Amino acid sequence: MILRLHYNLEKLSMGLVGAIILAASIGGLVEIAPLFTIDETIEIPADLRPLTPLELAGREIYMREGCYACHSQMVRSLADEIDRYGPYSLASESAYDHPMLWGSKRTGPDLARLGEKYSDAWQVAHLTDPRAVVPASIMPAYPWLMQPLDTSGLSGALATLARLGVPYDAAMIQGAEADALAQSRPDSAAAEAFRDRHGDRPALRAFDGDPSRLTEMDAVVAYLQSLGTQTAAAHLAQEGTAP
Amino acid sequence: MQASLTTAERQIGTGLAVTLALGGLVMAAAARHGVMAVHGAMALALGLGLVFRLGAVLYDVAPAGLDRASRYDDGPTRFGIWMTLTWAMIGMVAGVWVATLLYWPEATPPWPATSFGRLRPVHTTGIIFGFGGNALIATSFWVLQRTSRARLADALSPWVVLIGYNLFCAWAVTGYLMGTTQSKEYAEAEWYADLWLVVVWVIYFTLYLRTLARRAEPHIYVANWYYMAFILVVAMLHVVNNIALPVSWAGAKSYTVWSGVQDAMIQWWYGHNAVAFFLTAGFLGMLYYFLPVRSGRPIWSYRLSILSFWGIVFFYIWVGSHHLHYTALPYWVQTLGMTFSVMLLVPSWASAGNAIATLNGAWGRVRDDATLRFMFVAAVFYGLSTFEGSFLAIRPVNSLSHYTDWTVGHVHSGTLGWVAMIIFGAIYSIVPQLAGREAMAWPKAVEWHFWLAVLGTLVYVIAMWNAGITQGLMWRAYDANGALSYSFLQSVQAMAPYYLLRAIGGAMFLGGAVLCTLNCRATLRQSRTRDLAHDRPLAAQPAE
Repeated sequence: MILRLHYNLEKLSMGLVGAIILAASIGGLVEIAPLFTIDETIEIPADLRPLTPLELAGREIYMREGCYACHSQMVRSLADEIDRYGPYSLASESAYDHPMLWGSKRTGPDLARLGEKYSDAWQVAHLTDPRAVVPASIMPAYPWLMQPLDTSGLSGALATLARLGVPYDAAMIQGAEADALAQSRPDSAAAEAFRDRHGDRPALRAFDGDPSRLTEMDAVVAYLQSLGTQTAAAHLAQEGTAP
Repeated sequence: MQASLTTAERQIGTGLAVTLALGGLVMAAAARHGVMAVHGAMALALGLGLVFRLGAVLYDVAPAGLDRASRYDDGPTRFGIWMTLTWAMIGMVAGVWVATLLYWPEATPPWPATSFGRLRPVHTTGIIFGFGGNALIATSFWVLQRTSRARLADALSPWVVLIGYNLFCAWAVTGYLMGTTQSKEYAEAEWYADLWLVVVWVIYFTLYLRTLARRAEPHIYVANWYYMAFILVVAMLHVVNNIALPVSWAGAKSYTVWSGVQDAMIQWWYGHNAVAFFLTAGFLGMLYYFLPVRSGRPIWSYRLSILSFWGIVFFYIWVGSHHLHYTALPYWVQTLGMTFSVMLLVPSWASAGNAIATLNGAWGRVRDDATLRFMFVAAVFYGLSTFEGSFLAIRPVNSLSHYTDWTVGHVHSGTLGWVAMIIFGAIYSIVPQLAGREAMAWPKAVEWHFWLAVLGTLVYVIAMWNAGITQGLMWRAYDANGALSYSFLQSVQAMAPYYLLRAIGGAMFLGGAVLCTLNCRATLRQSRTRDLAHDRPLAAQPAE
């Protein structure tokens, strides 16, 4: 009977088209659609902060250089990973990440809990020449990160993310370029305005060691130091693993 | 290209080329600087090149005896095979080079464009979309016409599809080098390239349906089911995964509308089904045509081919979440992904078994004909890597293998052992026919290619199995005091011999592909026109 039906289906190109679309849609609908309702019940931690403009610029460079191809940002709920990296990752931690950077391969270690684990100076030296700091490292060197950071697209970037639901307010969007500069100049007058808009938690330092210039290195190091520090939820959820 | 076009088609073609050039100009002018401006300039240059090419012969009289209706349209296939081989060279050279960098990182030149992280997507896009995609499109035109006994529905749109598709590939790859990426694995191209691909894809599918509508056979042959599933489902995956909001219409930067856990699920729903419908379904279509034709044996079981087709189309879509075991993805979605991955083994092995059983009675040919051997090895590796895939999707196994080079080994046993082998089998079947010859110009080189490809694949895959299992075990090893036994760095150092072996295996595979390219060039250079009575449309049909 079924064979007979199929025998006739083979004569109808549109019949095949419809059947293929139907068969191939079910799995995706069942698995993906509920995730959007779950999202409404998942609690976004009250202390989850979005990235600052400088950190966001660093994230763009992280993506540009393909760092995600070798570094994951997703600690699995396995004992050895928790011992090695820290508390396992929660869904809410990447709620503001467009796109997520969970990664799929660890040629290098996971970075989800990297923030404030090493000093800025170590990060700068390591990115400039990894083997100067870690002789057995196989990571590429990124000497060109010392070039000036282009901040011109940051307001637009924040505005776009705000439209997608990341909580950037109008002042943050307007002040994005100024804030990127200010976050690397702790002693400047603009630093206060940065604190007003982004609060006390983001690091405010000359990340590349030189407050007089704003480089891509500033942005990347600011981003790396922010990893895992946007919320304490993962630490709180797993008592006894406090940083 | 122009030789087979009528004057009217040349005029329309010129019009399209002018439109492309203008579009490129607008794009470049709007963006003014940056990646999008370069991409606009590339479209402009391509458009102008085509204008000159077509314009030069616009009013030439069509060559005498242009009796198109009684012949298949194989010009696009010929061009598609050239692009397949070109992208094979680009993608494989990039792959061997980045593999070498993992063993010898100091060799990285101090230029951003040659850094590992930018070249790696050049390798993956170059191979999946450039090499694989062109092979799929080129062979689909060939197979569609012959299984329908009808000529392609029109002469222009196959060229639009192929040229447009390659513009997408070129945009994607040059974008990564200049630092533009969506960073979604296997979907890194930026928003305007993604939109362009949708346009190309719609033309491709329309052409497919229009040609099917002209078929002289009542039944649609199984190879076409697979090609149709490939085109349709890839369209669905591509559109959903790539929905993004550009920061500005005049710039390359965009943000995906998906975030966090939903983005992860959609990404791997896309990612694994790119494997399923790009790297499997389309190539099964190739297998279902070229294997029976080359071996002279009909497909062993018609029922089994129905079972495996619908099994693959239905089951595969569910399995993407096995990429996210033990992550922040809800547990039940992981479990569904695992369950369906294991069930998927049934239709997968039904396909592989059906292919191998088809060779019963033709084993003498498998022994003597390297081309048929390529297809046989492809079916064997298809069976092996689908078994490995189901195995790796089981949650406890995945806890060891995930994030390690075992995954890389698994992917390459599929891409080198299965996808590339069936492509080479198809190329060695088509190219002599395109050239009007009995065989390839250098039959010995086909043998060499075969053994280089098989050995290269084995060296690569075995090295990566060892690497991955070693990594996985080192990461989870505890000493007697309950402390982790190894630092991460020690696991990196343990990889060195395997990374070296992997680069050698990859280089052997590349060596074989170079032989193939040279062999195809030598064969096609000595093209003759030959009319085979059995290789033509059944009836010269009037236009629809």
